[in-house]
Amino acid sequence: MRFRNHRIVGDILELAARYRDEGADELVFYDITASPDRRTVDRDWVNSVARLLDIPFCVAGGIKTVADAEDVLNKGADKISVNSPALADPELIGKLARRFGSQCVVIGIDSQADSDDWFVYQYTGDPDKTQSSQRRTLDWVREVQDRGAGEIVLNCMNQDGVRRGYDCEQLAAVRAICDVPLIASGGAGSRQHFRDVFAAANVDGALAASVFHSGEIPIPDLKQYLVDQQVDIRL
Amino acid sequence: MTSLAIIDSGGANITSLLSAFERLGVTAELTSDATVIRDADRVVLPGVGAALDAMTRLREARLVDVIRDLKQPVLGVCLGMQLLCDASEEDDVDCLGIFPGVAQKLSVGDNCPVPNMGWCATQLTAPHPVVRDLEQDDYFYYVHSYAVPESECSIATATHTRPFSAMLGRDNFVAAQFHPERSSRAGSRILNNFLGWTP
Repeated sequence: MRFRNHRIVGDILELAARYRDEGADELVFYDITASPDRRTVDRDWVNSVARLLDIPFCVAGGIKTVADAEDVLNKGADKISVNSPALADPELIGKLARRFGSQCVVIGIDSQADSDDWFVYQYTGDPDKTQSSQRRTLDWVREVQDRGAGEIVLNCMNQDGVRRGYDCEQLAAVRAICDVPLIASGGAGSRQHFRDVFAAANVDGALAASVFHSGEIPIPDLKQYLVDQQVDIRL
Repeated sequence: MTSLAIIDSGGANITSLLSAFERLGVTAELTSDATVIRDADRVVLPGVGAALDAMTRLREARLVDVIRDLKQPVLGVCLGMQLLCDASEEDDVDCLGIFPGVAQKLSVGDNCPVPNMGWCATQLTAPHPVVRDLEQDDYFYYVHSYAVPESECSIATATHTRPFSAMLGRDNFVAAQFHPERSSRAGSRILNNFLGWTP
């Protein structure tokens, strides 16, 4: 769920309850403008969400310090996801893992092919500020695990928003060196895309936003389809 | 109205647990006060973090014998379940010894990253009032790097690289390795069963 300010908290709660009831296995709340704007997020909504949900949820966006993370976790989030701030200060990953345990620490990676390799991008919440970090994606995946990341969400930017399927090639390459849970992001447009990414890249989860928000792919239908396709998933 | 004490073992994020009981109509009290814990109708031992930290806090709060001597229904959750066992390989720490067994580090395997974080199908292996009305192979949400092997106290199991105890039960103590408070309807059923359980 992507949102830009706290005035739409009512919508967040409504959407959270809908996904809870439809059988989503986990929710991620992306406050995508938090890092580029360098602002402090008003996080009272986290507590409201925590009281509402009976499934795990993760908060992403604007978590730059151990204190930021503590605030979000104390308000009831199960995990925090860090992207740009981890690139700016990789030691943050270890600090978070030592303080809260690796299981809380998700590293989000925005990755894109460039010539014949994949590279990590940062500040992707704002097209004007998006820039290559110059880091190779596979190097960064290894590094964040060494530093204590407990989960990786790999957002394949070439695919994001175009709904032509997940980037199974890139995800499979990352899977091969990733011993922590790996979540695919970017590109979901049909039920088959979900099946393909589980089958071809052996990911632990598949994340999507727009196809669920629009109702284009109802979650109960998707899950029944995946069970029929022999994917091990909770109905 | 049942009184429910959640033991404050420090560090643990218990907002989700408090909220889950609230949704079932019970206001739980987070406490490290021995008298409150002894007098509660029901007690929950949660836990997130490292076994040594949690045991150190329980010892400092003089709660080790208090917990061992409880006669009312007690539910251990996640690390709380491991704390109720003999010991944990994590930091080689002695635990409370209610259940037999030692929590062991999970090993990385095919399709089995560590931590084990996600929904796992869970098998019921022995009848128990707390798992009443659950289905075989219901999914529960797990977050852990250590697990307790199967034993005569196992009432449910799940598999990572090998089978482990998903739930343990003995006398007035019951425990879950998964997080019932984050396991949707199936988890809520377990919490509700716990609230109605008379050992």
